[in-house]
Amino acid sequence: MASWWCWGTTSPYAFWAGSELNEADLETRFRSGDTRALARAISLVERRDPSVRALEATLRPKGQAPGVVGFTGAPGTGKSTLVDGVVALLRKRENSVAVLATDPNSPFTGGAILGDRIRMQRHALDPKVFIRSMGARGHLGGLSLATREAIRLLWAFGFDQVVIETVGVGQSELEVAAVADTTVVVLTPNLGDGVQMIKAGILEIADIFVVNKADLDGHARVVTELRSMLSLAPKGNWKPPILATVAARQDGLEDLWEAVLAHRRHLESSGRGRQLAEQRLRDETAEVAAEIARERIRRALADDPALSARLLDTGTPYGTAEEILDRGR
Amino acid sequence: MRPVRIIVAKVGLDGHDRGVKVVARALRDAGYEVIYTGLRQTPEMVVDAALQEDAQVIGLSIHSGAHMTLFPAVVQELKRRKATDIVVFGGGIIPDDDVAALKKQGVEQLFTPGTPLQEIVDWLRKRFPEESR
Repeated sequence: MASWWCWGTTSPYAFWAGSELNEADLETRFRSGDTRALARAISLVERRDPSVRALEATLRPKGQAPGVVGFTGAPGTGKSTLVDGVVALLRKRENSVAVLATDPNSPFTGGAILGDRIRMQRHALDPKVFIRSMGARGHLGGLSLATREAIRLLWAFGFDQVVIETVGVGQSELEVAAVADTTVVVLTPNLGDGVQMIKAGILEIADIFVVNKADLDGHARVVTELRSMLSLAPKGNWKPPILATVAARQDGLEDLWEAVLAHRRHLESSGRGRQLAEQRLRDETAEVAAEIARERIRRALADDPALSARLLDTGTPYGTAEEILDRGR
Repeated sequence: MRPVRIIVAKVGLDGHDRGVKVVARALRDAGYEVIYTGLRQTPEMVVDAALQEDAQVIGLSIHSGAHMTLFPAVVQELKRRKATDIVVFGGGIIPDDDVAALKKQGVEQLFTPGTPLQEIVDWLRKRFPEESR
């Protein structure tokens, strides 16, 4: 087992030797249900460290794949509070739940404040609830790759349900849609007029709409605007329902969860779920290939000064990239 | 490289988190991933969060005067969970004598009122030189 972790020359773990989570027994501890081993494996996946491959290769998924539901929406719409409510509801139904909460990193310093746990503190000591904050870290396609792999780890660890949460301010919500079986878009009253609703992007990814803070004035208007917008949408087999919730009072969450289950049944019965799963595997393979190619090219340019000199002379990134990839292994 | 992840937490019944938020922001601006867990945490909750988040560092803040009980309780909980490689530091209104006593009990560093934020960042940089921020 020692072979894999001396694998890169740049193992960041050299200094961890002698600490209490020995990398060599990561697998054993993962299998025995040690939360810290799971947490470490997710860290490895998050920073695209190849040493996690060996662990992944030995893991067999436990039972049925967990249902994956993603929540996205503007900052302050109550996503974390909703997720907290959904976790409570699932725990009442004796499901184990893992939450992956994504917050943005600063594009300038790479730093982040990940604050989604604050709203989920009532589950803090429940051993059947695992909450992990992930920084979006701004890498290309990296979030969905890391999230997919993290979901596989959570599956192998034995979680029944996975809830993903992300702020919908850029493109990260699209990555969530690419990972979740069911995407819930969270809105609130007074987010803007009808034109905001027909802007491209976030609304097209919704399988379910939630109008949260439905105790505030204006919620009826949001629902009406959403309805009229949806009536203009191309008719599919699934018509996204619109649900009103007051997450802070746990109002409407039962209905929300029923809608999630209905969407899952739809995925199952229409064959859409299978299609999506296949498409995702294809996309993921392409993304992994891109990641491997990127790494190979970076290394080739770093190791071969003559090649980089030629690149600077002739200045054709495309030709240079092809040359490196054509070299084979 | 391994980004340094830091849990910052308010332990005990102290309901004042202005200071810890200022520190959290400074750490974010220094490039760290900061996980803030909110007010009124028990030592068990803080350690549990640190394990789930795979954090290398726990920063505790307290103003209520209960630091001699709660800071060592976090260190003890880390021992119990076999995670003593996680570094604990603290801040708040802590008299000098207590600072010495807490360091003896496993709290690595303490920052008292008036400490420039850069001093905390510098300490972390020195403590985790191998890692990226």
